[in-house]
Amino acid sequence: MSAATETQAGPSSRIVDLLDVERVRRDFPILHRTVRENRKLVYLDNAATTQKPQQVIDRIVRYYTEENSNVHRGVHYLSEVATAAYENARTTVKRFIGARDEKEIVFTRGTTEAINLVAQTWGRKNVGAGDEVLITAIEHHSNIVPWQMLCDEKGARLRVAPVNDAGEVLIDEFQKLLTSRTKLVAFGHASNALGTINPIRKMITLAHAASAVVLIDGAQGVPHLRVDVRELDCDFYAFSSHKIYGPTGVGVLYGKEAILDAMPPWQGGGDMILSVSFEKTTYNALPYKFEAGTPNIAGVIGMATAIDYMDSIGIERIAAHEQNLLHYATKRLLEIDGLRIIGTAAEKACVISFVLEGVHPHDIGTILDEQGIAIRTGHHCAQPLMMRFNVPATGRASFAMYNTRDEADALVAGLEKVIEVFR
Amino acid sequence: MSDLRELYQQVILDHNKNPRNFHELAHPTRTVDGYNPLCGDHYTIFVEMDGETIKDIGFTGNGCAISKASASVMSSTLKGKTTQEAHQLFDVFHKLVTGEPSSLSTAELGRLAAFSGVSEFPARVKCASLPWHTLNSAIEGDKEVVSTE
Ligand SMILES: Cc1ncc(COP(=O)(O)O)c(C=O)c1O
Repeated sequence: MSAATETQAGPSSRIVDLLDVERVRRDFPILHRTVRENRKLVYLDNAATTQKPQQVIDRIVRYYTEENSNVHRGVHYLSEVATAAYENARTTVKRFIGARDEKEIVFTRGTTEAINLVAQTWGRKNVGAGDEVLITAIEHHSNIVPWQMLCDEKGARLRVAPVNDAGEVLIDEFQKLLTSRTKLVAFGHASNALGTINPIRKMITLAHAASAVVLIDGAQGVPHLRVDVRELDCDFYAFSSHKIYGPTGVGVLYGKEAILDAMPPWQGGGDMILSVSFEKTTYNALPYKFEAGTPNIAGVIGMATAIDYMDSIGIERIAAHEQNLLHYATKRLLEIDGLRIIGTAAEKACVISFVLEGVHPHDIGTILDEQGIAIRTGHHCAQPLMMRFNVPATGRASFAMYNTRDEADALVAGLEKVIEVFR
Repeated sequence: MSDLRELYQQVILDHNKNPRNFHELAHPTRTVDGYNPLCGDHYTIFVEMDGETIKDIGFTGNGCAISKASASVMSSTLKGKTTQEAHQLFDVFHKLVTGEPSSLSTAELGRLAAFSGVSEFPARVKCASLPWHTLNSAIEGDKEVVSTE
């Protein structure tokens, strides 16, 4: 299995037995509903968001039924219970990504907010006129626009490392773009549009050799790969709960303690302060300095439950199952006349972007939807990448731990129907 | 599949494959871009006016079958019409694709009737109406870029 990428190697990699997909499916109630005209749901839009297991749903219900209270402020019983659950979630996240300390885990609204936080605090303090921020050609808009905004404000320059025709970052070019002007380097762990898994360990080492700070957009990393931020040695790592079977509206910014500590706060308000007078405010310690206002408590607790759920299955087992599906679905899709896969990197997450000759992706999406098959069509928040591959849009099937070979077959049958309509 | 056949009627498939007036105009009075950021549809519509009459229409760009067929059918329907007639037809078309009752019979609708299935697909209404919105602002002359968002 090619899931054994550099980020998965290490002490935890071992031969694993197969994931029991039928058992996993039983945990996800939505997978058993029908859509449109009594069609069985085939959900292949997991790169956009994953479905939630009953365990996560139940935990959120339990929080609101039995524990709801504000955190870090009450002396009463419920506030203690809610605060404990909220802070335990931080420990769960810390363990999940191998951080050294809870202080390094900042809860945000998601990946987008985490990246904006870094751009607006670390970025505004450390990036100046003439400096450069380096990204790659396969970034999601949320790892492009915050840096563009920062560079515009500071008179800095955004540089973009190109990719080859397979959708892999050209490491030589990447390295050439690293200079003494490079203050920050930001790139995805895996691409949501093409599936490419970047050789992030190597890229981090190269960036550090140029004395740049590194942010990893892990939105598509944590769902599929074991992440160990200390082993990776990245300075920041951002991800979203809703792509790892947790609720929407919550995510994580990991940052090395020393770096977070030196950063100015972002939003002002409650929780992020120690004391306030009209003359002077003293900011709270990490990570609270970056968590102004009442947080998404139920969301954070739900995210931790989702992490526990993934751990109970085992990330290696999930990865192996998804790699299996990737190879099977790729092979089946290539049997279709006129179908071309965009993104053929050697290391890929289970994301397949494709175009079908003579049929626009939007029409493909509608005809598949009529059969109960949910895929994403469009530019996948990566317009510059679509231009690079000279396509206005693609269809994208993205798989998760609960998808099956039967569903890959259903996709192929659905695409054959598309061809029939357009013939 | 029956709804799908309603959506992808033969007229639509034909106009998608062989779009009419699919070219730039040499002497356009107005040129307007239309975007649908959600699916990346993008067309440029060229209009040549002769007083209040639409003398010629051409379009370029690309997008899904529904939007391309809509631009094609629109261009052949509106050539030679006055702006007032164009406004009326826009109104008729809009009602048709949003499923509002209209007093016109299928015969009166002519080729536009091919878009009657769109109203069953709310996500596709914007595709069908993008070329019309774009043309509308070309003859009103108020914008250079139209977006469905
Ligand atoms: C690679 C990547 N980065 C960032 C994001 C943004 O995540 P969110 O919308 O949860 O903030 C996504 C989600 O689509 C993504 O796939």
